[in-house]
Amino acid sequence: MAVSIDPIHQFELQPLVSLGHIGNQQLAFTQSALYMFAAVGIIALLTIVATSGRAVVPGRLQALAETLYEFIADTVHQATGADGKRFLPLVFSLFMFVLILNLLGMIPYAFAVTSHLIVTFGLALVVILTVVIYGVAKHGTHFLGVFVPSGVPKPLLLIMVPIEIVSFLSRPISLSVRLFANILAGHIALKIFAFFVVQLLVAGAWGVLSPLPLALTIALTALEFLVAALQAYVFATLTAVYLADALHPGH
Amino acid sequence: MAEQKNPLTTPSPNADTTIVPPGSPHTHTEQPSGGHGGAFPPFESHTFLSQLIWLALAFGLLYYLMSKVALPRIEAILGERSNRLSSDLGEAQRMKTEADAAGAAYEQSLREAQAKAQGIAQDTRNALSAEADAKRKALEAELNQRLAASDATLRARTTEAMGNVRSIAGETASAIVERLTGQAPDQATLNRALDAMPATH
Repeated sequence: MAVSIDPIHQFELQPLVSLGHIGNQQLAFTQSALYMFAAVGIIALLTIVATSGRAVVPGRLQALAETLYEFIADTVHQATGADGKRFLPLVFSLFMFVLILNLLGMIPYAFAVTSHLIVTFGLALVVILTVVIYGVAKHGTHFLGVFVPSGVPKPLLLIMVPIEIVSFLSRPISLSVRLFANILAGHIALKIFAFFVVQLLVAGAWGVLSPLPLALTIALTALEFLVAALQAYVFATLTAVYLADALHPGH
Repeated sequence: MAEQKNPLTTPSPNADTTIVPPGSPHTHTEQPSGGHGGAFPPFESHTFLSQLIWLALAFGLLYYLMSKVALPRIEAILGERSNRLSSDLGEAQRMKTEADAAGAAYEQSLREAQAKAQGIAQDTRNALSAEADAKRKALEAELNQRLAASDATLRARTTEAMGNVRSIAGETASAIVERLTGQAPDQATLNRALDAMPATH
């Protein structure tokens, strides 16, 4: 019973295959890695297998894949303009990866990969490195224009430029922490409220109150599904917005 | 810090034993580095490298699949559909234009046929009425001719009759005078008396 009480227990990594150590780092194929590859498999199923017929009149799964594609293509187009299309595979992959991992985490007893900060930080790092590397490769030193807002009086730049630099540096942190914290907090809240039901049921007369946390758990579950989809969308949209900086450094 | 103790106390061959520690009474054996049950899993830094490696592999695979296979294919499907739609719409537009043209041509030929039919009817009517007119005129002329002829006959007979009246009146007058006077008047006197009479019509 001790396992189910602990709301943190669900986030523990469980090595399926141990691969030894490097320094103090423990290498193992964990359930987290398994979920990642499962997500890749599901996405491939949805976007590759379901579209293999190349039907002009799509079936359900192909229509879903097309809808997701058009949704992300629209988002990228709105944020970056016509020349942002080269980043569509990146934004689409990020969106689908985060979305499927979030949704997989909603299955009871399943593991939420995105509840680990290092994973979301890794994804955010991919975004920021893409922005910096592409921006510098394409615009050279002109990429530094990202930190200089246009149309601002010279004296104000003394204040604005440091703010812009801090804002730029905090992007990977906010991007990763937002997703990680949402998923982590949601799963902890769900676990706690669900456990209230059990605690009230075994507490004799207090059992009559157990429908209250049950209703709350149901509502929270619905909310978590919303959060799972919304955070994937936020991640993709912010990625597109940051990539727009790499394409057009002068604000 | 338990994870810092691992590389120092246990060399790498014994790695497996540190993952599932044999004697940890208060936890349920899933604590990867053992010993400390209170650690918060997302902040256990000794799992970071492993997670990043698997993330890189999984996400790299996903990116490859999406950029090389999935997205080009979906884009091709959508492009083909919009081409198909626009060409179908164009075809429908063309057919509608053709149908409109055919309709207009039909209307046109219908109007022409109507005009032609009216022309024929009018011609026939004109021809018939002309023929009837001619017949009527011929008949009228003949009738007029006959009327004139009978008029002339009548006038000739009247003149003839009127001529006879004078001789009858002369004979009658001579007979009356002979009975009254016993002596017939001579022809000259009789003519003079007849001429003095007003013409009676």
